[in-house]
Parts: sequence; structure tokens; C-alpha cells
Amino acid sequence: MHKFLNIFIWLFIAMLGASAVGGIAINRGESINSLWFITAALCIYAISYRFYASWIATSVLVVDKTRATPAERLDNGRDFMPTHKWVVFGHHFAAIAGPGPLIGPTLAAQFGYLPGTLWILFGAVLGGCVQDMVTLFLSSRRDAKSLGQMAKDELGPLGGTAALTATFAIMIILIAVLGLVVVNAMKHSPWATFTVSATIPIAMLVGFYMRHFRPGQVLEASILGVVLLLLSVLGGRFVDENETLRHLFDHEGLTLAWSIMAYGFAAAILPVWLLLAPRDYLSTYMKIGTITLLAIAIICLQPAIKMPALTQFIDGTGPIFSGKLFPFVFITIACGAISGFHALIASGTTPKLLSNETDIRLIGYGGMLLESFVAIMAMIAATVLDPGVYFAINSSAGVVGAEAVDAVAKISSWGYPVTVEQMQTLAHQMGETTLFARTGGAPSLAVGMASLFGSAFGEHLLALWYHFAIMFEAIFILTTLDAGTRVGRFMLQDILSNIWPKMGETSWTPSVILTSAIVVSGWGYFLYIGVIDPNGGVNILWPLFGIANQMLAAIALSVATGILVKSDKLHYAWITGLPLLWLITITSTAAWQKITSDNIRLGFFSAANDLTEKLANGSLPAAKAAIAPQLILNLQIDGWITLCFVSLLWVIVLDMVRVCYKHLAGQVVPPLTESAHIPSRLVEEWIRD
Amino acid sequence: MHSTLNKIWQIIRRLSGDDAYERYLKNYAHYHHQETHQSDAPSHCAGPLSKAAFFKQWQDEKWNGIKRCC
Repeated sequence: MHKFLNIFIWLFIAMLGASAVGGIAINRGESINSLWFITAALCIYAISYRFYASWIATSVLVVDKTRATPAERLDNGRDFMPTHKWVVFGHHFAAIAGPGPLIGPTLAAQFGYLPGTLWILFGAVLGGCVQDMVTLFLSSRRDAKSLGQMAKDELGPLGGTAALTATFAIMIILIAVLGLVVVNAMKHSPWATFTVSATIPIAMLVGFYMRHFRPGQVLEASILGVVLLLLSVLGGRFVDENETLRHLFDHEGLTLAWSIMAYGFAAAILPVWLLLAPRDYLSTYMKIGTITLLAIAIICLQPAIKMPALTQFIDGTGPIFSGKLFPFVFITIACGAISGFHALIASGTTPKLLSNETDIRLIGYGGMLLESFVAIMAMIAATVLDPGVYFAINSSAGVVGAEAVDAVAKISSWGYPVTVEQMQTLAHQMGETTLFARTGGAPSLAVGMASLFGSAFGEHLLALWYHFAIMFEAIFILTTLDAGTRVGRFMLQDILSNIWPKMGETSWTPSVILTSAIVVSGWGYFLYIGVIDPNGGVNILWPLFGIANQMLAAIALSVATGILVKSDKLHYAWITGLPLLWLITITSTAAWQKITSDNIRLGFFSAANDLTEKLANGSLPAAKAAIAPQLILNLQIDGWITLCFVSLLWVIVLDMVRVCYKHLAGQVVPPLTESAHIPSRLVEEWIRD
Repeated sequence: MHSTLNKIWQIIRRLSGDDAYERYLKNYAHYHHQETHQSDAPSHCAGPLSKAAFFKQWQDEKWNGIKRCC
């Protein structure tokens, strides 16, 4: 009887999910309720978690609950420590979910709600979740080794070097694009600039409290910090209304970009306790709190989606970023569907806490499902806006024109009516002077969130909600920025130590300053170009970031596929092999188009050539002619970087194929490095918390 | 009700690292006996670290490596 009930319930979930997905896909009417998105997502997640993830865990990976994990065997009471699965889940989710799943879907909404939503759902359950779960499993069977180390051990030195290079490259591009997002949210916005700046001294205060005033009292300090952050949102309004203070925080994009670089440099050399650690605490609370609030608001309000299912921009002429639906929707939404960066957390960090292998499904697969859900909510928040408003906020001045009148005329001509008055009223409600051309996704997401929060928790507080949302996005963007700069610094010190061992000493000041400066100039360069580029750097930087992130995912999946084949599980290798094939296809296609396309908005080299020609025959306006040489150089650099990324991808994939082929042909390959089976004692003793 | 709230409170403390020192002391007591028999770990015999010293080490270790994603 119980069995039948079970079958009935799962059949019901399957049918509900199928009709929700069908409803989303077929609907071509005026609007569709966002509850359909939530329903489709939850049903797909439930089914894939219950059946696919469970099958992978038991049949493919064969998780063994009697086997001691690295956390148990190497328990040192600090980083290695068996921990309750929900606590590990919390840590893992806080580590993997950054600003990516919020920004990607917002940008991809230019194709309409449908392509992005389907990719987030199916990309996650078949690709991203599998990658995270398998990587977590493999690392926990190898003493919590990092992805780079596993690539080196299992495939060979080439794989290890490729993984290291990819990680460093992605870090640089990621930080640049995130910096650009923050700059666009703060430029000429005294309120946002004040609030975001205030997060720095607040973090320092919290850091000092935790380290010296009341050592180890993490929660006390955090509560203090959260209260101060909320006050800083209010303080921003005060600054905005005060004529003298207003000017202190009203800046051009370029000034803000330089300040962010200075901040990134300071954060990389200051001790972690002062800035990085406390900022991370605050950003984690903000992230979890705000995402929960957003989920409650969406579920209570069930707002109607105003964006059409598909827009005409699937032909590649989109104003936010150029490129056709295939492959660019899959590049634009990386985090939320499949994100290679997660493999770095799932190897190395999380396995050190895992108390039992059976928890891998919840933490690896489940953690990514939750991130995918965050991406779905971002998609909803972007598509509940009037499409006209959405495009007005997200289109750069270079595409729609710098004057408000031109911009609204152009956007309305696409069939998405919007007026100057409408934009002015909205900007006024949000406490801003203008919302035109605030590219990068953060401001439009903040407008979407503010309208949702406003309707749910008080309409008159719109401006506060908007700046709260901006602060929430900025605080963890800056966390990624300073954590990333620091990681980049460590990696560079590690690389340089091969040439001069002294450079590897992480506390030797000259080395610290030199490597930090190199890393900051690396991303600072791209940020600078992104800010001066009149077409808005997002069009260039976000696809580069997407390609880099998918490349890292391809490396993780290559390692996983290689190990599955070497473990004589060839017949199961498709679980990572198929997502890998898909990633190779989209990354190579996107890279190919970025390199060879004749369309000057898409191809890097054609854009560089076009600009060179125009500069030579003097057809550029003076302002643009002045920066043209820099833009040309940058476009060429971007083209070469893309070529490097895609070559690196092919090198590692072919290396994996080589190892698999040799193994199948019975030749010698690097042996499996799985650590020996030691029985777990936690099962009997139950000292897991 | 009370025990549920207490449980939630413990989870929050655990997640935030508020109870890290208590866990360290527990772990220290648990493993100290074994470690005293190893000649290469004489420093452990000097007793556990103070809360401030432990927190310093804990924080520095926690922030070494890739800890945040995109």
C-alpha cells in the first residue's frame, strides 16, 4: 500500500512538473504567472534529486557509508573535521553562491524568459549538479585534494597545469566583470556609493571586534555588523539629500574604477581578519537573508511575468550582449546552470568537513539545486519588469543613444514601449537621478527586487529597498573581489616560487606587494577598458567570463570522466561525458564566433579592424578617437585570450581522451590515486555532532 | 519547543563558527591523550590554546585558499 502511495506521489510530481514546464514553454499570451516557474523548478529538482542523483550515488559512484572520510581520518579539530550534513550544506552553499547566479539570468533575459529558464533547470540537474557531486566525491576519496592536483595525478602534468592556468584566468576576468557591475551601480549615485563605501569601515569594525575586543564572539560581532549595514542604507539617503555631502559621493565611473582597484590592492595585502573575514560573514548573512526574503516575496505575490517567452534578439542583435541564442544563452548563464568554479570548492574545501560519503548527494547535488533556484528567482525578478524598462536600464549608451529621448525611441521601436516620464518616475521612486544605461544586471535586478519587496512589505519604502538590494549585491561582489584577488596573489606567489623560492613566502612583504600589484593590474586593466568602452564593457567581459567558467567546468568534467573510465565504469561515463560534450560544443562555438565573426559587435578582431579603419579615415567623433587605440588593443587582447581559453580546453579534453584510450587499450596510464579503505568509526560511535 | 529553539540556536552557532573554540577544546580533550604519547608533539602538552590565540589561528587557516565562488 505504502509503495503504491509512493509511486502515486512521484507520478503526480512528474505530471505537475511536466505541465508547468509545458505551460511555460507553450504560453505565448500577454503574461504568465511566476508561480509556474517555481512549480516547474521544484518538481524538476525533486524528481532529479530523488531518482537521478540517488542513482548516481548508489550505482555509479557507489558511495560507501562504512568508509572513513578525510574529515574523520585527518580530523585536526580545525579545517578537517567531521561535521553534520546540514552544517556542511550551509557552508558549501554559502561558498558556491556568489553574484553569478543573480547576474547571468538577468542578462540572458534579453532573449525572453524561456531559453534562460530551461537552461537553468536542465543545465543544473543534468550538468552542474552532477559536476559538483562527482567532484566532491572524487576529492573526498583522495584526501580532499584540489581539482588541479587531481587533474595532475589522474591525467598527467598537462592537466594540472591547464587547471591552474584556467583558474587564474577565470579569477582575473571574473573580478573585472564584477568590478564593472559595482561601478555601474554606483556611478553618479551618491546613495549607492555611500552605502557601498560604508561597508568597508563596518567590516573593519566587525573584524576588530572579533579579533581583539571580544575574540571569537562571531555572532555578537555579526549582529553588530548587520545592524550597521542596515543603518548605512538609511545613511545613504541622508547623504543623498544633503547638498554638500552629496558631491563627496557623486563620481564618474572611471574614478570609481580606480577606487575599486585601490580597494582590491589594500584588501589583498591587509590581514584577513581585518577586512576579508568580517566582510565575508556580513555578506553571507545578507545573501542568505535577502534570498530567503526574495523567495517569500515571490511565493506570496506570485507576480506576473511581463517579458515575452522569446524576443527578436534570439537572432543575435541583442542590445545587452550580442550573439545568437545558441550558444550565447549557455555562455551567459554559467552559474545557476553549470559553473566550473564550484569544482574548486567541491574539491579541497568541502570534503574536509564531510562526515559520511552518503551526505555527498545532499551537499553536492542539493547545494547546486539551491543555487539553480536562486538563478530562477533572479530570472523572475528580471522578467517581472516591463520589458521596455528592463531594456532601458540594461542597454548601454553606445547601443541606444546617450540621450533619454533617443533611448526610449529606440527601445520603443523594438516593440517594448517605454517613456522618458516612466523612467524618470521610476528613478525618482528608487532614489536615483537616472536609471538609463545602468548596465551589468545589478541595478535592474535591484529594481525588480525593490518592486517585489515594495509590494510585499511596503510600497513607500521603494528607494530603501532598491538601495538595500544594491548594497546586498555590492557587498558580496566585493567579497568575491577581495577573496579572488587574494587567491590570485597566492597562486602567483606559488608560480613565481618556481623561479625564485623566496617569492613563495606568503608573508614576505616585497613578494606580497609585487604579486598583489600584478593581480590587481590584471583585472584592473579589463575593468578600466570596460568602464571607458562606450558600448559598455559587459558586452565583452561577461561572455569572456562565461567562456572561462565553462572551460573550468569542462576541466572538472574531463577529470571526472577520465577517472570513471579508469575505474572501469565506461558504461557510466556518459553522466559526466554528455555534459562535457555539450560544454565543448557551446564553448568552442562561442569562442569561434567571438574570434572569427564579421559582425563588429560580436567578433573581437573584426571590431578591432573596423575601429582601426574608422580611426584612419577620421570618421570617429573626437571623444571616441581619443580612446580608440586603447579599445583596439583591448579587442585584440580579448581575441587572443579567447583563443587561449579554447585551446586550453581542447588540450585538456584531448589529454583525457588519450588517457582513456590508453587505459581501454590496456596500456599503462597514471594509476588511480584513491586512498585506501579505512572503516569509519563514526557510524557506531555517532559523534557526528 | 524549547529544545527545538535550542537546536536551531546550536545550528546557527555552528554555521557561523561561534562555537569553534568549544569544539576545539572538545577535540583537544579527545585527542590529547593520544598525542602525549607522541614525542614529536611536545607543544600540545602545554595545554590548549587560549580563546584569542585559537581564534587567530582558526581565522587565518579558514581564509587560506579558494573559499568563495562567483
